[in-house]
Order: sequence, then C-alpha cells, then structure tokens
Amino acid sequence: MKITLNNRPEEFVQGEITVSEMLRIKRFTYRMRLVKINGKLIKKDEYDKAIIREGDNVQMLYLMSGG
Amino acid sequence: MKFSEIKSHLGGYSVGIAGAGGLGSNCAIALARSGIGHLVIADHDIVDSGNLNRQYYFIDQVGMKKTEALKMNIERVNPETKIDIYDTELTRENIPVIFRDCDIIVEAFDKSEMKQMLAETVLSLWPERPLIMGSGLAGYGKTNKLKESFMGRTLIACGDQESEISDELPPMAPRVGIVANMQANAVVEILMKRKSHENNT
Repeated sequence: MKITLNNRPEEFVQGEITVSEMLRIKRFTYRMRLVKINGKLIKKDEYDKAIIREGDNVQMLYLMSGG
Repeated sequence: MKFSEIKSHLGGYSVGIAGAGGLGSNCAIALARSGIGHLVIADHDIVDSGNLNRQYYFIDQVGMKKTEALKMNIERVNPETKIDIYDTELTRENIPVIFRDCDIIVEAFDKSEMKQMLAETVLSLWPERPLIMGSGLAGYGKTNKLKESFMGRTLIACGDQESEISDELPPMAPRVGIVANMQANAVVEILMKRKSHENNT
C-alpha cells in the first residue's frame, strides 16, 4: 500500500498495518512521538490497534527529552 | 504597531506553562516581559545548582521550589503579570483543572514521556487550543536546525526534532534559551493574530 508519511510518499508491502507495526518496520521504536492518522490523534495505548490503510496521511512529531 | 499596543493586547491573555525548568523558566520570563497578563505555572521540582547552566534562577535560590523562585523572578521583571503557581506534578487528572482557563499552553518538560502525556491530554481535551512544545535542543551550535514543526492547526513543536539529551549531549543555556524564546515567540505571534482578526471583524 501507499501512504503519505510526514508529507512524503511511503510504500509498504502489507495491505494494512497497525501503528506499532509501522514503527517496527521503519525502526522508529526508540523514540517518543505523537502520531496522527488523517488528522486524528492516535494515543500511545492505541498503537497496537490503530490501522493504517491505503492512501492514509500519517503525521509524526518526534518528542526528544531535554528542557 | 507600538510596543504599548502589543503589551496592552497581550495583557488580556492567560498562558499555561507546564514545567519550570530550562524551557519553562526562560519562556515565562520572555512572556512576562512581553506583557502577557496571566501565567499559570506548574512544576514540582526544586532549584538545584546544576540547573543554573540554563534555567532562569539564581545561586541564592538553590533549594527553593522552582514555582516560587520563578514567581519571584517574574515579579521583579513585570509585576503587572498575574501569576498562579502549582507546586505539583502534572498528570492526566490535574491538567484539565490547572490549565482550564489558559488560552495557550506551553509544554516545557524535560522527559519525552511527560511531553507525550501532556500533548495527548491537551489535544484530547481542547483540540482547538494552541499547544507549543519543545523538542530537540540538546548540545550547542546547529542554530539553523532549530525550527517550528507543525502538526495540525494548533500544535507547534520548537526545536530540531532530533537531538536528545545525554551525558555527552547536555542541555545548555544558549540552545535551551533559543528554543524557550521560540516558544514565547510562537505564543506572541498566535495571540497577536487574534488582534488583527478582531480589527478586521
């Protein structure tokens, strides 16, 4: 499937994946982040259930420690 | 526009500041200098001598509650700014109460888990309320990497989105101060847009 990830086209062999699976595939697991699918916030405890489908617009914002 | 007009407009707003460390203390001072009318500041930490490399505190305040020390410092800069302080750890339960009447919220935590908790809580509670975060400010240099990143219409993250603090990449005054002031700048910009909007309607 093809999606948009942070305004860039991204392709996955799977037809649909959860947010957790996407983070594993993209090796993003080591960071804290905020995730939105088509403008809807996906909370951390929903990553295993929230499904990313063909054509979805996925936004991620990285949250780095320090302040 | 004259500064007196800007200050008079900003005096009508309330800004919540979640954390009074490097980001929160510097951002609060900049907002008070700009004339923000009301600051709501929450933190449960005390001033440590190790904080003085970047946070807006003084040697004789080591050992004080950060909220009380910051209130003192803000009052020395602009006594017209009303300040409410909460010496407590922010949680999903108390955020809705503490920041209820704020027009904008500034995320100024150190730990990324807390940043995520606050963002998820604020975005769910008040999807239309601007949230100005700090993310990626460790180390020094790389000034041109510091930027505003947007997520939706209301969330702005200031920082480089990549440098995380560690023993080898400590937070330091210049870069933390830039990001804290970027956050204050974003607050002022958003609130001033409301003035031009009012004038056009």
